Amino acid sequence: MTDLAYGTKSGPVSNVAAAPAAVRMTGISKSFGGVRALDGVDFEVLPGEVHALLGGNGAGKSTILKVLNGVHKPDAGTVEVGGRVLSAHTPEESRAAGIAMNYQEMSLIPTLTVAQNIFLTREAKTGQGLIDDKEAERRAALLFDMLEVQVNPRTLVSDLGAGQKQLTEIAKAISQDARVLILDEPSTALAVSDVERLFVFLRKFKAQGRSVVYVSHRMDEIARIADRATILRDGRHVITAPLSELPIETMIEHIVGKRSKGLSDVSRSDVSRGEVLLELRGVTGRQKPDNLSLAVHRGEVVGLAGLLGSGRSATARVIAGVEPAVAGEIRVKGQPVTLRKPGDAIVAGVALVPEDRARQGVIGAHTVASNLTLGIIDRLSRGGLEDRGKLREAADAQIARLSIKAASRDHAVSTLSGGNQQKVVIGKWLALDPDVLVLDEPTAGIDIGSKSEIIRLVRDLAAQGKAIVFISSELSELLVACDRIVVMADGRAHFDRPRAAFDDPSVLEHDTAHRLQAAERKLQVAIQEALTAGQEESRV
Amino acid sequence: MSDASLGPRRGAAPNPLLANWRQYIIYIGFIVIFLVFAATLSDKGFLNPNNLLNIVRQTAMIAVMAIAMTFVLAAGEIDLSVGAVAGLTTVTVAMAIAVAGPLAGILAGVATGLAVGMFNGWLTTRIGIPSFLTTLAMMGIAKGVAMWISDTAAVPILSPTYSWLFGGGNLGPVPVLLVWTAVLAGIGHVVLRRTGFGRRVLATGGGETAARYSGIDTRSIKFRVLVISSMAAALAGMLYAGRLQSGRFQLGEGDELSVIAAAVLGGTSLFGGMGTVIGTIVGALMIGLINNGLILMGLDFSQQLIARGGIIILAVALSQKKS
Repeated sequence: MTDLAYGTKSGPVSNVAAAPAAVRMTGISKSFGGVRALDGVDFEVLPGEVHALLGGNGAGKSTILKVLNGVHKPDAGTVEVGGRVLSAHTPEESRAAGIAMNYQEMSLIPTLTVAQNIFLTREAKTGQGLIDDKEAERRAALLFDMLEVQVNPRTLVSDLGAGQKQLTEIAKAISQDARVLILDEPSTALAVSDVERLFVFLRKFKAQGRSVVYVSHRMDEIARIADRATILRDGRHVITAPLSELPIETMIEHIVGKRSKGLSDVSRSDVSRGEVLLELRGVTGRQKPDNLSLAVHRGEVVGLAGLLGSGRSATARVIAGVEPAVAGEIRVKGQPVTLRKPGDAIVAGVALVPEDRARQGVIGAHTVASNLTLGIIDRLSRGGLEDRGKLREAADAQIARLSIKAASRDHAVSTLSGGNQQKVVIGKWLALDPDVLVLDEPTAGIDIGSKSEIIRLVRDLAAQGKAIVFISSELSELLVACDRIVVMADGRAHFDRPRAAFDDPSVLEHDTAHRLQAAERKLQVAIQEALTAGQEESRV
Repeated sequence: MSDASLGPRRGAAPNPLLANWRQYIIYIGFIVIFLVFAATLSDKGFLNPNNLLNIVRQTAMIAVMAIAMTFVLAAGEIDLSVGAVAGLTTVTVAMAIAVAGPLAGILAGVATGLAVGMFNGWLTTRIGIPSFLTTLAMMGIAKGVAMWISDTAAVPILSPTYSWLFGGGNLGPVPVLLVWTAVLAGIGHVVLRRTGFGRRVLATGGGETAARYSGIDTRSIKFRVLVISSMAAALAGMLYAGRLQSGRFQLGEGDELSVIAAAVLGGTSLFGGMGTVIGTIVGALMIGLINNGLILMGLDFSQQLIARGGIIILAVALSQKKS
């Protein structure tokens, strides 16, 4: 960790106290319709610091960032960048002032290539003033080299996976040579190793006297990369303080508003474990997985851990019939099944809650009730017409079962918070009453309170006799949610261990937070080991 | 070209031409249809240079409008008013020439296109009416105005200069209509592929929210493509007027469907974000080729309609990406 030499926790803050702030936002208010998203918020970022911006869903993080980069006009308050007051509040003005931001995959055009997206509106030109895509591809390749990650600049964005999209977003923000780089949830889809590389880059970036605003739901990351943090709650400023004065417990306390442990471990016993519901024998997909064997019992949550590209999502897709298995055998409830399309898997009793909630999971403009009942619409019909009463009943049952917080079942899903949207997706699949439920990154981009709820829900479903495959890039989540963890690398399963194997006997039993941290370190090590083992295997 | 040194990078992928054959189906289809007609219709004069130039002449107006339609569709919008605007322009041009000569006629044509385009753009981007409805309504309005001001009668054009320049003339062996089409196709291709405006058009149609977040004024882009489309329709009207030496409200009637078909055949997505001008031109030529061949075959009009529809469906079906 030689990179820690770039600016200690207190260093940059005291050094530049006299210099003008990189960003100074004062008394910012903003309402949408009747809803007040920001209420007199102050936000200040110093030159040469990584400033974490924290808050639950609906705290106003996105809104204040959108005010800063000119997407939203504030109703009240002033925005100063490098000592200059912004007046027009347009994206062009903010960009000219030196603000660059990644959006959570929202600023990418699927029909353009990676390089075309990165340099959109700032295209490289030939001598004749025409767009030079080859030059853009060369520059994009340099950016990815600088980040030390691998993305092909000539690929269409629509052909990229979530992690690569995320890296493209980050490269796009970085390419603007900004004085203030805003990274909104940059790590949600990134592998641990790519996050490390991003951090190395960010430390160099701030050493040049430039600033980073870092938004993340992952406290461990914040603790490692940020110098100071500002916490918002319900559209109001709660606290701004150096990270040294903000242990994770305190951060969570400020975010949630009352004392909360965040994720807390659950007790589990092997007693509840029943017969094998899902079994994979040497299953190989088109590219991944590679000769994967796995058994999931009734009442059991099995976690798939690994880095981006380790084949976790590909495994989920094969189990759910989205992608075909080219070799091996899949058994559900002991019966061999052939899964050619998702419908086959559903008939067999397997449901997948996909990774990309917005695109694959819900129809945002439709109501909560219609989303929840989409899969069982035939069962709720009478004489070819939908039976409204039955439909309402079924929807209400799911809303109650998953405690979905919506103004009503007739509100559009897009009006719900991320966590509640995810519950709708889960509810949609539960309505089919599957035996096997596969959850791919079910907590991506949702706040810590909702995360705990989703995990509790997963445990409850297992207790009700489902077999669950749980995929997450957040190790603490895997450790809390799962009974068994399979570590994957390069499409293969390297370790398959019970959750207890990750416990450190030297840490006291009752010290939950420490136990979880110790287990996380062990799992982290296992993932790294799997990676090395995988590389060696492929070399042989 | 300084970027020639970067050339070898391209060779890395395993034969992209074969892997993406569906992308090139329009070109393959064009050649196949041409060869079939050449083989079966040679005794009926299909390969006669005059016949081939006639195909170009008949296709020119569709091609000119389809170039602009490529931009409109690529931006995620649509313009159904092009045929009616072309018809209206033939009338305004003919009337202006009758009163004040060819230069006034040209100005009247440009003004007609500009006025309609700005109105379409304003309704779509400021009032927020989808372009499908805006231009559907405009289709009726333009036709009505053309019928009204001309009293539904043809207005003759008695200016040989105008008729030569817009449609009737030849530069040596080359019809002026071919020159118009080729020049506009060249400009359209470069603008869409190689300029910031073209990239913004593709970005707007490829993902409007993302484009806005990237600092693109998507409303202005949509406004501009709709103006360009009406201007192109007006030019097509001017070409109709020159070629037929008159203004009539019926000219261009129904062209919007051929124009959209040409763009879609050429690989332009109806959902925005994708489109090529070269493809569109080939699409337009293919429609002209089919019309010509079917007439030479001696099919009657009803059979032509059926055969043309079938060929278009086949071509578009083959070009669909397998998911």
